[in-house]
Amino acid sequence: MLRVEGLKKSYPTPQGRIPVLRGVDFTLAAGASLALTGESGSGKSTLLHLVGALDDADFGEIVLDGVALTRLSEHARAAVRREKIGVVFQQFNLIPSLTVGENLGFQARLAGRYDPAWQEELTARLGLATFAARYPEELSGGQQQRVAIGRALAVRPRLLLADEPTGNLDEATGDAVMALALDLVAATGCAFLMATHSERLAARLQRRVRLESGLLAAQ
Amino acid sequence: MRETVWTLAALISHWRRRPGNLATLVLGLAIATALWSGVQALNAQARNSYDAAANAISGGGARTLVAARGGLFDQELFVRLRRAGVTVSPVLEGAVRIGEKNVRIIGVEPVSLPRRSPIAHMRSRADVLEEFFTGPGRSFVARETLRRLDLAEGAQPRTERGEQLPPLAALAEAPPGAIIVDIGVAQRLLDRPGKLSRLVIADEETFDEARLKRVAGDALRLVAEDDSDLARLTESFHLNLTAFGFLAFLVGLFIVHAAYGLAFEQRLPTLRTLRALGVGPPHLVAAMACEIAVLTLLAGGAGVLGGHAIAQALLPDVAKSLESLYGAQISDRLTLDARWWLSGLAMAGAGATLAAASGLTKALRLPALSFARPMAWRGAHHRYLRRQAALAALALVAAAGAYGFGEGLASGFAIIGLALLAAALSLPIGLAGALALGERFARRPLARWFFADGRQEISGLSLALMALLIALATNIGVGGMVEGFRQTFERWLDARLVAEIYFEAATPADARDIEAWARTQPDIAAILPVWRAKTRIGGWPVDIVGMTPHETYTAHFPLIDAAPDAWTALHAQNAVLVSEQLARRLSLAIGETLDIPTTGQDLRARIVGVFPDYGNPKGQLRIDHEKLKRYFDDASGVHYSLRVDPAATARVIENMQQRFGGKIARIVDQADVKALSTDIFERTFAVTTALNTLTLIVSGVALFASLLTLSDMRRARIAPVWALGVTRRKLAALEMARVMAFAAGAAAFAIPLGLFMTWCLVAIVNVAAFGWRLPFHMFPAQWLAVFLIALGAAFFATLIPVARLARVSPTELLKVFSNER
Repeated sequence: MLRVEGLKKSYPTPQGRIPVLRGVDFTLAAGASLALTGESGSGKSTLLHLVGALDDADFGEIVLDGVALTRLSEHARAAVRREKIGVVFQQFNLIPSLTVGENLGFQARLAGRYDPAWQEELTARLGLATFAARYPEELSGGQQQRVAIGRALAVRPRLLLADEPTGNLDEATGDAVMALALDLVAATGCAFLMATHSERLAARLQRRVRLESGLLAAQ
Repeated sequence: MRETVWTLAALISHWRRRPGNLATLVLGLAIATALWSGVQALNAQARNSYDAAANAISGGGARTLVAARGGLFDQELFVRLRRAGVTVSPVLEGAVRIGEKNVRIIGVEPVSLPRRSPIAHMRSRADVLEEFFTGPGRSFVARETLRRLDLAEGAQPRTERGEQLPPLAALAEAPPGAIIVDIGVAQRLLDRPGKLSRLVIADEETFDEARLKRVAGDALRLVAEDDSDLARLTESFHLNLTAFGFLAFLVGLFIVHAAYGLAFEQRLPTLRTLRALGVGPPHLVAAMACEIAVLTLLAGGAGVLGGHAIAQALLPDVAKSLESLYGAQISDRLTLDARWWLSGLAMAGAGATLAAASGLTKALRLPALSFARPMAWRGAHHRYLRRQAALAALALVAAAGAYGFGEGLASGFAIIGLALLAAALSLPIGLAGALALGERFARRPLARWFFADGRQEISGLSLALMALLIALATNIGVGGMVEGFRQTFERWLDARLVAEIYFEAATPADARDIEAWARTQPDIAAILPVWRAKTRIGGWPVDIVGMTPHETYTAHFPLIDAAPDAWTALHAQNAVLVSEQLARRLSLAIGETLDIPTTGQDLRARIVGVFPDYGNPKGQLRIDHEKLKRYFDDASGVHYSLRVDPAATARVIENMQQRFGGKIARIVDQADVKALSTDIFERTFAVTTALNTLTLIVSGVALFASLLTLSDMRRARIAPVWALGVTRRKLAALEMARVMAFAAGAAAFAIPLGLFMTWCLVAIVNVAAFGWRLPFHMFPAQWLAVFLIALGAAFFATLIPVARLARVSPTELLKVFSNER
């Protein structure tokens, strides 16, 4: 379902371009989960951004459901993000001006795939039913991250990306959120790619790979 | 000290990373200072010229003696006083025309001038004194007046009456627009033999008031020279200018406030870190105060220089307005003293401190540890709206108080200012309400986000939007008043200028010759003498103009209010028509009687009508021509208007010029007078229009500056929506649409506010400032123009920030999600 081949990415600095990814290859089947580990600055977020059609690669190919993301226009990439990819960020990145309920359904509505029954189920399973009318600022960190996961899954994505999803949460809350996320991922059958520096969290996914010096090393 | 210096260094490092924010701050303060100090420069220049004119003879602060009943008095009085040992110096003043320029003639007697008189030092130069008294004499004039008259030293120009001046000589101390001659020469030039206009008290210490009473009786009265007519008459003009300058300054301060507020928010983490590192609040505030002082010097200095340039650019129009309206001669070379420069800087400092006050207060109370609630915007938003509503209500109550209890010009400006403030404070509440309504009815998710996010953006943009609202409302308000005035003025001019030809004879004898000839001409249907005299009523200078019974007046002369028998009574009884401004100033009403001081006994007349007299700072009375001749033996018997067949106008003028040559000082047809009056009108409002436009530009800059400085913050709000699959182009288009919608909202608010301002200007300010009330007009086309201007300003203000957003690289947007943020 997801194929990444020879992916390279570097960033310009006053001292010249710094390579972050030097040729990354991997595949991920539908319903499979993969943990991406590595030290801070190893390029985990960069890889996630490239796979999520959020950024341009310098070289290489990313194919999602038979579509080469690296060859798409901005308009088409936005459509892919909207309809096929769900993203969970460490900072939650909810829209502060919308209520919890509105945040949950926002991407699904944008994609024209809003399913009230699915949203209701998600809301219930995420334990957000009593918070639907509240605003993000009125929720705790764990609750906000649950909203972020719900928003990403409400669109029934083909691929769920999570960048340090529990990085801002305490261990117990992080574990609870993670369990919920994995449960829902299994329910939707989407592929799941998660970047984390926590070996403990990574161990909960089916496979894990480590990013070192811009290259993937299997573990 | 060390602590403050290092704190300052940490604070200033912010500007290195955000030069755009610094540029906005400097630009805002510089513009605000420039507009304020520019207007103050114009006022200072004008007042310096009035002072120079008023003090040219006495040296300032002296008291003078004038005719108790106004006008001129006999030289004989001076002779008697001198013989009795009263130390006074005679002066005769009047206006002549040289070429097409008006010049003030000041006749003096140098030997008796007060010692402190600027021109008294000529006494110490025997050659100058000799030149002044002997032979052809000398006419002393300032170099800039020579330039204005396009004459060289030694020239001997002639007045409109053909009288030749003594050779011109440059004298630095001569006031602008004036020529100083010997008193005898002045009497000849002005055709006032044996007459004086005032006596300057040469030596206050030896002045004997009792002796004055014994010798002159009640013929003369003592006045302080500071209390000059010019200063009184022009006071409203300068107050209007100051009000506009202050408004522009406030609009400029909106930019400073917005930019400094943003910088404060951006530096909040730094400030907290400094507090955590042990910097006490006093050191923090001291460092911030130092920063403001540096900013004041930098931006204030640039602003004062800009103000000088603005004043230089506007001075010709202001000088011409003041000359046309009040006969004031203003030097066209800007000379400003250190006080003006320093006051400009002080104003910049005060403005910067005011704009930064909330930041300084917050810094003083800033805790070392903060309860981090980065997204707690809704509570803050509601608190903000509640505070705005409370302040707006307070401003409205104060405006109502000013209307109910205040009076005069200051009250008028206070009502306008408070109403503007109340409306500006209410604007974010109105916009938030409209957005909430939009959100409620929006169905599509992006539309809901558009409205919901808009509410969040209001507080960041509110200051710029308030500035835009004030500028737009001022544009509608002042534009409506000026346009209404223009229409009223044109209709009034058509009614007042019915005669086809207007002429001024060189002397009364010449006038009689011309009159006799005119009666024999078949083309001339009527000869209407328009003789004039001067007096003072209630301390105000008043012109008295004679009227003959004729259809020109009864059918056309505009009256605001009149008794039923007004025209019959005017000629058959002791009756008078009073100008609107005099009626208002002295609270006169139809049917009341008015005692008019004349050269002889007082004329007691019944008021039978009130007429509009736009553009005339003095009061005016209209009485029957025969009574004018009887009561005012010094009436100028040289002004006339002629009714002729319109087709024959040019021929009659040509015949008169050929036949009478120099006996006619000036002759013009109706079209010329109208063109001249319209030109004066346009010049008078040229400065207002210029300041109005500048204010609008400043508000556009405020909007641009706010959007530019907010664009980084906007990125954090937009990035999540972009990540969820909305293109940058679409988001950029939504950003533009949102700001345009805000501007449209501000414009919609500005229309009723502008109309209220027009009403205040015509019904309160104009009445208090000039003494006339104009009809209230509405100009929908102007509203549409202002609406389009608002949209245009918003479009151009958003162009760069939106283009930046549309082109922002994904890498930049992704920084929003990076953990290091």
